[in-house]
Amino acid sequence: MARHRLTEFSAAAGCAAKIGPGVLERVVGALPRPAAPELLVGFDGSDDACVWDLGGGRCLVQTVDFFPPMTDDEALFGRIAAANALSDIWAMGGEPFLALNILAFPACLELSQVSDVLRGAAEVCSRAGVAVAGGHSIQDSGVKYGLCVTGFVPRGRILTNTGALPGDALVLTKALGAGILLTAHRAGLLPDADFDALSRSLTELNMGAKRAAEALHVHACTDVTGFSLLGHAAEMARGVTLRISARALPIFPTAREFAEMGLIPEGAYRNREHVGAKVHFAPEIPLWVEDVMFDPQTSGGLLMALPPREAQALVDALGGAARIIGAAAAAGAYPLEVTN
Amino acid sequence: MKTLDALGLSCPEPVLLLRAALRERPESCAIRVDNAAARGNCERFFRHEGYEVRVSAGSGGWLLTGERR
Repeated sequence: MARHRLTEFSAAAGCAAKIGPGVLERVVGALPRPAAPELLVGFDGSDDACVWDLGGGRCLVQTVDFFPPMTDDEALFGRIAAANALSDIWAMGGEPFLALNILAFPACLELSQVSDVLRGAAEVCSRAGVAVAGGHSIQDSGVKYGLCVTGFVPRGRILTNTGALPGDALVLTKALGAGILLTAHRAGLLPDADFDALSRSLTELNMGAKRAAEALHVHACTDVTGFSLLGHAAEMARGVTLRISARALPIFPTAREFAEMGLIPEGAYRNREHVGAKVHFAPEIPLWVEDVMFDPQTSGGLLMALPPREAQALVDALGGAARIIGAAAAAGAYPLEVTN
Repeated sequence: MKTLDALGLSCPEPVLLLRAALRERPESCAIRVDNAAARGNCERFFRHEGYEVRVSAGSGGWLLTGERR
């Protein structure tokens, strides 16, 4: 019997499979909001994880994240899924300590393929000091994997996506264009060297960026995933306008070529439709840069708003793809402005 | 002129169909698509390959026609 490829069952890859933000708002908008005063962060702010006040200055942070595979390499898929799921805890200023697997797979897969996914994720969790303590698995027509992750955060250290102040600089810690490169990979057009560079970025833990920023005055933080840079920036642009400089963006080198070829995931079009009206693009911004800014990221970097001097120190300390990509200003006509 | 049928196909398949058809550099080529992403991506691919694109809306989708510049 022929061995099946992990990606042959799914139409979308990674966070590009995320339900569009417009649809999501309609789905969860009418749900009752829990009245518990301990629930410090819940549905309302479209945040990365929920936060529950345990008392005594300690809070619990919880998140769940899962998606279909973006690669046929089982262990790599597991590593990316784990890096992506754990990220939500760091994005809230917390430290993860416990995780549960969520797994769906077709019966035709070899069991070794399934255990390789879990093994890859377990490696990453162990590197992050997180115990994987169980989970739940079902048979399904497609492959899906992710984790439910629990962490702790001191009450005074919770980072949400709101709170950016005029004058803050914006730092982005990973390169953009992952969704476009994954689409090129699906099309069989991404060179191996570019896929390796992409894999390194997708498996890089946001733990490093979170810890490097711990001593700094981070006013707002989120991770950039399926809703794209502009989708997640729009969530941060409450009470302020975020000005992003297109030239300052860290972008995977081949993303331009593949965006211009139209190897753009469907999620990018959904993101543009949902958030496009909130963005003013300077007329000289090329379409491919817009496409990169709407591109759904899988296991993307952290986007942080903090005082400019600290932002520069953070970028210097992190190296790699980390860049200052813009600044927050007093609220203007548009929540988001993209300059050249 | 050749007309490709990409109805029911999701990205990146419509672009791959178009890519194969434009390899011979025809004067013109058309493709039928039924979702906004396939439409946007095929428009981009036509332009990337040096074609002018016209889009006409039809029943349940769009017909994109590319003429070599």
